Amino acid sequence: MKQTRAVEPWMMEPLERFVTEADARLTLIMTPSGQVLAQHGFTRAVDIMAAAALGAAIVSSTREIASAIGENGFRALNHQGVRHGVFLSETDTPRGRLLALVVYGSESSVGLVQLFFEDLARELNEACPQEIPQKAVISANFERELNESLASLFGR
Amino acid sequence: MTQAIKQALDRVTRISGVRGALVVTGDDGLIVADAVMENIRGDAVAALAASFAGRMSRACYATGVGVPHFVQLQAANGTLLVMPAADVVIVVVADKDVNVGLVRLEMLHAAELVP
Repeated sequence: MKQTRAVEPWMMEPLERFVTEADARLTLIMTPSGQVLAQHGFTRAVDIMAAAALGAAIVSSTREIASAIGENGFRALNHQGVRHGVFLSETDTPRGRLLALVVYGSESSVGLVQLFFEDLARELNEACPQEIPQKAVISANFERELNESLASLFGR
Repeated sequence: MTQAIKQALDRVTRISGVRGALVVTGDDGLIVADAVMENIRGDAVAALAASFAGRMSRACYATGVGVPHFVQLQAANGTLLVMPAADVVIVVVADKDVNVGLVRLEMLHAAELVP
């Protein structure tokens, strides 16, 4: 079963290369509001939604801390556990800012993830199509688009 | 302590043919101290060399030969020397024809300074 999936097809190749080179176990690429655009390694929708919401919230709250101490933001955040680490970072693309949440194990390291995240950010920026016109958000469309996104992310 | 390690790395880089020397955390692949030429990406060398050292250690363990003390990787255009020391890894990037014995002595000296 394919482990990497994307709502936006242009993200597939950079993401696949990143997870291979950085040896990442799980990766999410999402908007700052937590809308998932691509993922690697997740098998359940409920996990992905929780990880995306929590990741976006962590980035948002640390940005507030950064602004309180006079910084524009943090380049990256790393939460180090005993068996796993969680790396959070963001990058700007022509489609707007993207967040990445990466879970790695002892086969990788924060140094490797950080190193290859720089490549991922550059490749996403290069592969990203130019801005598309914003559509009006209608609740019926929203639910349909949400279901389509989930179908893309889990191959259903 | 950091100052002493930096001085030890400076001694390594004074050897002819050495392009850079780094002390890197073994688990994280992050730089503790470095003295590298401008055209060398220290963060990339640190992350990849720490990963390499970890994999070499696992390979040595699997083959039953014990913990690696010193790794010399001869490449087409240079040499990578790696020495695990406690929780860190000492890494040297050098030319192909560098005096490896002399570099190793200075790496051992740097390793003694790591707590």
